[in-house]
Amino acid sequence: MKNIWTIAKREYDNYFNGPLAFVVMLAILLPMGIYFSLILFYTSQQAFFGGGGAPDIQPINGLFVFLMVFLAPALTMRLLSDEARMGTLELLLTSPVRDSELVIGKWLGAMLFVLTLLGITLVYPIVLNNFVDPGIDWLVVLSSYIGLILICGTMLALGVGISAIFTNQFAAFFVTLGLLFFLYFMIGLPAGLLPQSGEVFNYLSIQNPFDQMNAGTMTLGGIVYYLSLISLGLFIGTTAIEIRRWR
Amino acid sequence: MIKVSGLTKDYGSRRAINNLNFDCQQGEIVGFLGPNGAGKTTTMRILTGYMPPSDGEAIVAGYDVVEESLEVRKRVGYLPETVPLYHDMIVFDYLKYMGELRHVPDVDERVEEALDMVGLINRSNGYVGNLSKGMKQRVGLAQALLHRPEVLILDEPTIGLDPGQVVEVRELIREIGRERTVLLSTHLLNEAQNLCDRVLIINKGKIVAEDTTENLQARLLGAERVVVRVRGEADELASSIKSVKGVRKVETLDDGGVEFEFASGKDLRPEVARQVIKDGYDLLELRPLGMSLEEIFLELTNNEGKK
Repeated sequence: MKNIWTIAKREYDNYFNGPLAFVVMLAILLPMGIYFSLILFYTSQQAFFGGGGAPDIQPINGLFVFLMVFLAPALTMRLLSDEARMGTLELLLTSPVRDSELVIGKWLGAMLFVLTLLGITLVYPIVLNNFVDPGIDWLVVLSSYIGLILICGTMLALGVGISAIFTNQFAAFFVTLGLLFFLYFMIGLPAGLLPQSGEVFNYLSIQNPFDQMNAGTMTLGGIVYYLSLISLGLFIGTTAIEIRRWR
Repeated sequence: MIKVSGLTKDYGSRRAINNLNFDCQQGEIVGFLGPNGAGKTTTMRILTGYMPPSDGEAIVAGYDVVEESLEVRKRVGYLPETVPLYHDMIVFDYLKYMGELRHVPDVDERVEEALDMVGLINRSNGYVGNLSKGMKQRVGLAQALLHRPEVLILDEPTIGLDPGQVVEVRELIREIGRERTVLLSTHLLNEAQNLCDRVLIINKGKIVAEDTTENLQARLLGAERVVVRVRGEADELASSIKSVKGVRKVETLDDGGVEFEFASGKDLRPEVARQVIKDGYDLLELRPLGMSLEEIFLELTNNEGKK
């Protein structure tokens, strides 16, 4: 456990050593801030003319996840691929650290960064709470943030797993991006085309459980699906490292 | 401290090392010598728990490298061939990170201790990427020493260092080797000669010789070679020397000398000298040719190709 934490802490610090952390923050917080302001502006205008509902944080949390589809690959691409390219993997693999601890530590490091981002976005519900009478439903906010953590964890775990396979970080980036794009946007499409038998594709989309949690409905199936994908990603990563040893 | 038996590693169809057997005792510095691609790095990677062998077993610091890999890794310090460093980290932070991964107690002090040992204490706040090649090498060495390992495995530890640093690093290795086990690979023969208690010569995945450098020399010198130089013609001299009983392989040299050999243990030099003088030559030189480790090495590693 200590090893996982040591590795996670270094990865977290390492994001801030280069520009990546700040680029990702800018790319995610700026659109969210603009979007949030627009929502406030729009709903307050509606309220002024005596209509419309109360604003909520659902749309901006949805935007966070939408942007993460593109940014999660950037956060995970070099986590293991670069260690292999630089030769530092040899150092880690000859340290008293289990392969699984290494992979989980890398994932946790990326997770801590995303949790930092999510922590910053908590200002939106807090601001919103002051605007809306009698305040917002914090249980929905909680459910939405659990959904955010789970779906981001899923994306990062798959990214870490793919990063362990490649020695080139850009290969890892594009493969992760392709996979997340597929799982988020495309896999649910057949459900609309095949109204009877296509329902199953809805269950495979990583977007749907989040949308439900974002709206305040936690589903056991969704939680289990995310946790399985996280395990799968970390398992792929660990296996890829083990295969590297045997080669 | 290191016990290797029947160690074999295949990369696909290529056999990198083939049935290696050797041990290293505590307080011993063992040199691992061989041409490129002989299997030195592969062997070291197996001993450090980086990769499992295809066959055979290796016990390091009392633990099996496959079954108890984590225990082995706790007790081994390893400097890989291409020193792996995080270039965007500060030297101190890098070593602290490596120390934490190995559960080193009082990690801050131990990092300073290691930096002090390799003479980099004044660069501890700089970025690893800004160090010169020799300094990076020394950071790698500090990393290997950090957890005071029982066994130190160094892949080409003095490569890229300037002559002054080479002397310092060798001194350091010698010091460490007094109490702990050091296995180092090198292709600098004089390094093996003046640093190692024992040398393993490996070629094409097999150990072709294993002994102290002195014994290796003696053993390979199954015959002793002597060069004779006189005032006068070498051709005539050669026939004169040939007449001495027990002399073999008489060759004339371009510079007028004559080389011959005889079975070791039975010194024929007095007889040859007498014969030369009896035949009326002025004897200028009668010199035994010692074999340097360099020649031994070439002899051993080329033999395979000749067969």
